[in-house]
Amino acid sequence: MSQEVGTVPDTGLRIKTEVKAREAGAAEIRDADIVIKHVNLSYGENHVLHDITMDIEDRRVSALIGPSGCGKSTLLRCFNRMNDLIDDVRISGTIKVKGLDVNAAATDVIEVRRRVGMVFQKSNPFPKSIYENVVYGLRIAGINDKATLDEACERSLKGAALWDEVKDRLNESGLGLSGGQMQRLCIARAIAVEPEIVLMDEPCSSLDPIATVKIEELIYDLKAKYTIVIVTHNLQQAARVSDRTAFFWLGRLVEYGPTADMFTKPREKLTEDYITGRFG
Amino acid sequence: MHELLKSFRRGEPMIWFTGSALGICILMIAGLILVILVNGLSFFWPQRLEQVTLEDGSVFLGEVVNREAIPNPGQPDHLKRQRILLRLGNRDLYGFDFKWVDEDQIQKREAPPDVYFVERREYGPLLGTPVAIRQGDKDLAGDPRAVPSMLRELVAKAGRDREAVERIEKDEIGEINQQIEQARLAARKLDLVARHDPGRDLSRERAELQRVTDEQQALFQRKTQELSALLEQAAGSFVSFKAAGGREKELRSLDIYRAYPANQLSWLWRLSVYGSRLWEFFSGDPRESNTEGGIFPAIFGTVMMVLIMSVIVVPFGVLAALYLREYAKQGALVRTVRIAVNNLAGVPSIVFGVFGLGFFVYFVGGGIDRIFFPEALPTPTFGTGGILWASLTLALLTVPVVIVASEEALAAVPRSMREASLAMGATKFQTILRVVLPAAAPGILTGLILAMARGAGEVAPLMLTGVVKLAPELPLDSFFPFFHLDRKFMHLGFHIYDVGFQSPNVEAAKPMVYTTTIFLLIIVVLLNLTAIVVRNRLRRKYQAGAF
Repeated sequence: MSQEVGTVPDTGLRIKTEVKAREAGAAEIRDADIVIKHVNLSYGENHVLHDITMDIEDRRVSALIGPSGCGKSTLLRCFNRMNDLIDDVRISGTIKVKGLDVNAAATDVIEVRRRVGMVFQKSNPFPKSIYENVVYGLRIAGINDKATLDEACERSLKGAALWDEVKDRLNESGLGLSGGQMQRLCIARAIAVEPEIVLMDEPCSSLDPIATVKIEELIYDLKAKYTIVIVTHNLQQAARVSDRTAFFWLGRLVEYGPTADMFTKPREKLTEDYITGRFG
Repeated sequence: MHELLKSFRRGEPMIWFTGSALGICILMIAGLILVILVNGLSFFWPQRLEQVTLEDGSVFLGEVVNREAIPNPGQPDHLKRQRILLRLGNRDLYGFDFKWVDEDQIQKREAPPDVYFVERREYGPLLGTPVAIRQGDKDLAGDPRAVPSMLRELVAKAGRDREAVERIEKDEIGEINQQIEQARLAARKLDLVARHDPGRDLSRERAELQRVTDEQQALFQRKTQELSALLEQAAGSFVSFKAAGGREKELRSLDIYRAYPANQLSWLWRLSVYGSRLWEFFSGDPRESNTEGGIFPAIFGTVMMVLIMSVIVVPFGVLAALYLREYAKQGALVRTVRIAVNNLAGVPSIVFGVFGLGFFVYFVGGGIDRIFFPEALPTPTFGTGGILWASLTLALLTVPVVIVASEEALAAVPRSMREASLAMGATKFQTILRVVLPAAAPGILTGLILAMARGAGEVAPLMLTGVVKLAPELPLDSFFPFFHLDRKFMHLGFHIYDVGFQSPNVEAAKPMVYTTTIFLLIIVVLLNLTAIVVRNRLRRKYQAGAF
């Protein structure tokens, strides 16, 4: 069952890999939270994702790795339909988040995004106070009860390990925080509405190592409550924080399995080349 | 040579070049403002009066306002001799109030101590010596030496009397007139109803209106009597002045606004005269076809018009920019619209005025009159120029500025911020309302500042849509419905044009042009400062600590 999935540019090296990669990992998945079946995505003429099929496990951290432009961020943005914002995008296949068919015509995109929170590469707090940043999701859902908001604010900031640092200045601008604090504020904002899944798109790429460690610790704590999908370019980070890792190459899922296996005995030559830094 | 080349390569000449360009700009602007300030602010300073006796025996008294070399081209004395310009006042006595006098014709030049500068209701200032005061046929002063102190009392009393008269005329009788006019309009309305529906019995309403009218008429009679009694009491005293050359003029004390012995003033007195003139200019109504008195109605009209314009232009401009930037599909059509909007700013403002007259005044205003105020026709209510139409026209004129500035502000809101909001489950509308607009607010306010500066200085379109030479009735007063958006109004920019070029006495009015300009500048600066303070507060609120 071998199939040629891609060619390493310039080298002419031909890569053969198992298309049944999913089945290889699937045996161990107890409880799938996101089920992705035969997803193809293209921006106009540009075919970005090729027949992706994978399951993402409940209350675990799944890391998506791969070189730039391999489609891992695009796939992440499929889970909460952020690709809707881009003109001329076509998606086929099904993505089910806790049984909810994300792309179905009857599905409310607002509902999807409430259930699937997202943290972006560049921290993007609103030009509002820290408090208003955190309760933003509740406010737009029409919740204005002071006690509820206060409670949600404290809970989320504690959940994002930011409470002790900002509890005395909740009314100051969210833009006055340091880079790492801002990113944790964005995490607090995402978990304030109690989503089921938190997507993280390279959350540490613009942070210094100390702030990165804090975020990684936070991710470790958060997986008790949330399913986390993280896109990262930092392989050590993927190894440290994730339970399962998926490796993407030119829009194809090359290998997907438990992180420990992936980094110690990858099944694919391509994966091995990538994680040992031979290219990419 | 080598050094020069090196400095050229380092770009030093470019620094001098750009620096001097900036310097020239600043010099021109500062020069303009200096000219306006010097001419405008010196106008109120009480000058000394000089009396000159010419060789032919004629005597003139006046303020020296100018001195220049006499041009006589082709002759040997060209620009050799000097002449002075005297402001004589006393237009009613001489028929002119400025006179050039050749200096070599002057026999005697002196500053008589007892001459007065008198500001009065008509004919410009009077310059002369007070000689007698009488009430009826009775000589009050008796001794000419008692005249100055009595004069001061009389002038103070005249001020109080004028206030009392004005209160009765403007407020009390004004309200009665208002009531009578409303009753008249209500009666006309009943006529219209009767024409449509001949069977209906309206006699009760008519009787009620008749009662109101009669009541107000009786009140009117009483107030008119009160007024004439007051006038009789106040107008009884007369002051005689002897002008230079010996002619005498008798003034009703009620007509004297201010009188001071110009050559006996102490510094403090001068300053108080200066202050009171400045205050009168700011707070008073215009007199003598705008060449005297104050400009308060014009200040009020300008500020109110700019505020109404802002209230209209900001929502429209921001909504249009929102559609263009956030909702419209970016393509050839949107680009064309954007270019068209930008070019709209280049349309001559008088064209906007013509449009405002045709569309707002005649079409919209005429329509409103036919539907809502048929009883007043053929007298138009909204179908004639008014502050609302002028503000709308200016809003149209300035809306491109707001659209362009708002669009830029919206475009500057980072995409990541919008994505954050959308990813939280906000709709596009919620995102715009809660994140994009607050973040763009400082930029939108910049657009408003530009629009206000443009709107406050615009005159041409206003001349067609509601500005008049004299409108002492402000568009905001204590009569229901308080805002009278249909009223015509005065405007500082138009006032400058009117005083400077349409006035019967241009030479006397010239300094007022500068003073009015100062006030227009002050208003524009104040309005802008307010907007800038608000903008900076928003910036601090929304952009603090952004790195």
